[in-house]
Amino acid sequence: MADVTIIGAGVAGLWAAYALSKRGITPRLIDRVGAPAAHGCSWWAGGMLAPFCEGATSEPAVIAHGQRAASDWAEVTQVQHKGSLVVTLARDRAEMDRFARRTEGHSRVTGDALSALEPDLAHPAGQPGREALYFETEAHLTPRRALADLQAALAERGIVIEQAELHHDDIQGQIIDCRGMAAAPHLPGLRGVRGEMVMLRTSEVTLSRPVRLLHPRHPLYIVPRGDGVFMLGATQIESEQRGPITARALLELLSAAYALHPAFAEAEVIETGADLRPAFADHVPRVVQQGRVLHLNGLFRHGYLMAPALAHQAAYFLDTGTKGDLFHAD
Amino acid sequence: MRDFYGVTLDSPLMLGTAQYPSPAVMEAAFRASGASVATVSLRRETGGGQAFWQMIKGLGVHVLPNTAGCYSAREAITTARMAREVFETNWIKLEVIGHADTLQPDPFGTLEAAEILTAEGFEVFPYMTEDQVLAQRLVDAGCRVLMPWGSPIGSGLGLNNRYGLKTLRAAFPDIPMVVDAGLGLPSHAADAMEMGFDAVLLNTAVAQAGDPAAMAEAFGLAARAGVLAAKADPMAPRDMAVPSTPVIGKAWL
Repeated sequence: MADVTIIGAGVAGLWAAYALSKRGITPRLIDRVGAPAAHGCSWWAGGMLAPFCEGATSEPAVIAHGQRAASDWAEVTQVQHKGSLVVTLARDRAEMDRFARRTEGHSRVTGDALSALEPDLAHPAGQPGREALYFETEAHLTPRRALADLQAALAERGIVIEQAELHHDDIQGQIIDCRGMAAAPHLPGLRGVRGEMVMLRTSEVTLSRPVRLLHPRHPLYIVPRGDGVFMLGATQIESEQRGPITARALLELLSAAYALHPAFAEAEVIETGADLRPAFADHVPRVVQQGRVLHLNGLFRHGYLMAPALAHQAAYFLDTGTKGDLFHAD
Repeated sequence: MRDFYGVTLDSPLMLGTAQYPSPAVMEAAFRASGASVATVSLRRETGGGQAFWQMIKGLGVHVLPNTAGCYSAREAITTARMAREVFETNWIKLEVIGHADTLQPDPFGTLEAAEILTAEGFEVFPYMTEDQVLAQRLVDAGCRVLMPWGSPIGSGLGLNNRYGLKTLRAAFPDIPMVVDAGLGLPSHAADAMEMGFDAVLLNTAVAQAGDPAAMAEAFGLAARAGVLAAKADPMAPRDMAVPSTPVIGKAWL
């Protein structure tokens, strides 16, 4: 019998298993449904590894740990090291200046330089040439593919996801609880923040890297998935209601995408999704120790950015007894 | 401080609860500002925002639910009824938006909703332009607080029509008034308080500042400075220079 049982095979649970395995510990990995799918919020993520952009509204811990995410992920899946771009509509230029003041790791690109990066964005119809902030060192990945690749990497290490729904009391030994919102009864202060996303397909727009549109009312990011597929995200609403995307969210996301590039109007809507992001009050992910249980939770909108760091700290603690900075006194 | 439907506030600052980087930052802003009232929007959180609402209640200040984002009297009334249940208060900041781009309040919808809500026992804080006729109608409808705008919501332009606001203040000396919306800088808050308003309400200027807690503290100080100044009976501006020390007896060539 394994000494360590991980509950929840989303991005946090898979990473916890991988980090433990690298330290020579082979955990049991269980999930109430099984392999990663629509039941977990990891399924709906954008997949941006953008610590500097996130830094505009995130605590320093997210920026610091997030910078390692791209190289950690590159061990198991394809990571696109193409940077990211931040743009505004013509009338919101001031938003870009503010974003630039509050972030690092960027340079301003216009004209030919922007054309070379994203030809479809450089010259919006009827507007003067666009200006963008280029975060050259940022990266992105395709979340569902990354989850599958991580699962495959675990299989090679003899760890397979076992479909089971167990309570802490049903399990012997060390537990790592990575169940996200399902663990909320154990974690006071954990709340759900609703997010909604849309997937579009069009051959009329080409993007190579994530693009964030700063907008005073409807901020948007678009992540290219390849083959003409684009993920549009994401609303951030203080609600714990699940259920399908609302008409209003859909309108806002699609309007913002259309404003960014009119050709999105002809795109096919191939999927929509909505789920809850588990979050603590400071929006920093935590390892919370409760007896023989380690909770890895509160990844908020930083699941792919922060899961490797959180998992490494949990594994390091089980291996050496030393707690990292993401540990939170309960 | 004047009372708002029987409640005397410790501070003339009312703060919104939207758009902060995190609830932890929001709480720090409230602590630093000394704000006495938290406004909270219900509309988009319909039915599912309990965890966030608990955080607002945990701030330990008066909660003023609002009907932000409502475009008709009917929507606003529904939202108000829901807010009363969730927050167990009769206070409601009534916001009926009439124009999607400027977010200018709809005076007709606001009046209609105010009449109905007042009849249902709500204590209505109507968000309005600085229009005096509308103000009179709202008072006739039973509103005992008025909330004229400084400038469009989220614009940070400050007091867009100082003449209109001054006239309004003078026309209703006995009605508590809050300048709501459009404040971008602490000096705007001080300005409003110096003009004799009873409180200021803002959100974006603090929540979207690079350091929300510091900006919140600045607004709290400015609002209090404005109150002190208003009570101290400010001098009237003069066209003529008046030396603060007599010139008689000095040698002049």
